[in-house]
Amino acid sequence: MANDVGAAGRGRATWRYTLAAVLSLIGLADAIYLTVEHLTGRGVRCTVVAGCSEVLSSPYATPGGVPLAAIGAAAYFSAFSCATLAAFGYRRAQTLLAVIVVPMFIVTLGLLFIQAFVLRAFCDYCLLSAAVTLCLTVIIATRLMQRH
Amino acid sequence: MKRYLPFITIAAVLLLAILSGTLLFRSSQRPATQQIPTTLTATAPGPPGAQPPHIKGVQNAPVVLEEFGDFQCPPCAALHPELKKIEAAYGAKVSVVFRHFPLTKLHKNALAAARASEAAGRQSRFWEMHNELYVNQAKWSDAADMRPIFIGYARTLGLDVERFTRDMNDNETVARILADLRRGEALGVTGTPTLFLNNRELPYDTLKSEATLRAAIDAALNGKTQ
Repeated sequence: MANDVGAAGRGRATWRYTLAAVLSLIGLADAIYLTVEHLTGRGVRCTVVAGCSEVLSSPYATPGGVPLAAIGAAAYFSAFSCATLAAFGYRRAQTLLAVIVVPMFIVTLGLLFIQAFVLRAFCDYCLLSAAVTLCLTVIIATRLMQRH
Repeated sequence: MKRYLPFITIAAVLLLAILSGTLLFRSSQRPATQQIPTTLTATAPGPPGAQPPHIKGVQNAPVVLEEFGDFQCPPCAALHPELKKIEAAYGAKVSVVFRHFPLTKLHKNALAAARASEAAGRQSRFWEMHNELYVNQAKWSDAADMRPIFIGYARTLGLDVERFTRDMNDNETVARILADLRRGEALGVTGTPTLFLNNRELPYDTLKSEATLRAAIDAALNGKTQ
């Protein structure tokens, strides 16, 4: 019986990490799009809210001259890699995924604050990225709570 | 084989990411020689101007001057130094909002100038380009091809010229100008310059000198402090 429960728990964990990998892929696609638009210098058009150009052309979009979207793409790719390995049972990858997602979540909160109170403008793609990071955080947090 | 599957998946995603990024980059690049439209029409009243607007000064200043301007209009260029004196004299008490109101039927280069200012704004140099356009109005107003002149200003301001040229042609640039135009129309603006002081339109005569402008601002400030 105990073995059955253990197998079910492992199964749930696998699905959880698979979901985290899929979400990371969405975040990666979003970040690649924004990076490319930044590099080509094109203005990104918002479809839901109307502050894309204000947010993406602000100094906060390129800290130290590096496009934030490119850093995001690297972070999402790292999260995807760890989630994939974790889904295949690599325990170290589970820990590493948490180490990656926590700072992503903190940065996301900071960026949401900047959009809401400093720039007073939102961008669709940044909000999508925030939603993805939030979901990743919830997945990791519930998994960690289960383990302890 | 299962042992290698996660690594194969990760490598495949990395390859796909690089490939899709490269393809997107190539398809996103547009020729910089795109034609700039010189006319713009808008009739329906719309939203309250481009958001966020171009504001000079503090956000919550007691007096907000909202100017509807056309970079090719000579009275607007004449008002420009007067407004600069006002800004310097009143500091945090007065903020100035600039709204585009290009009179495209009268001024053939007005829209292109508005586009240039917005493109500079994308690189956080709106007010610097705004100044260049007004100060040098006579040099580009009748130019058959104003593009090299505007690019020269962009270069002087240290802008990324390639990006500036692309942004001038971008739809979002026109959308901001159109949004300002619609706000002006909704407020009953028919000519330029038109100034609103705390949402109340100032009579045109008030704009003719710094003294009359100061009087209107002082009256508004005194009204606030009483």
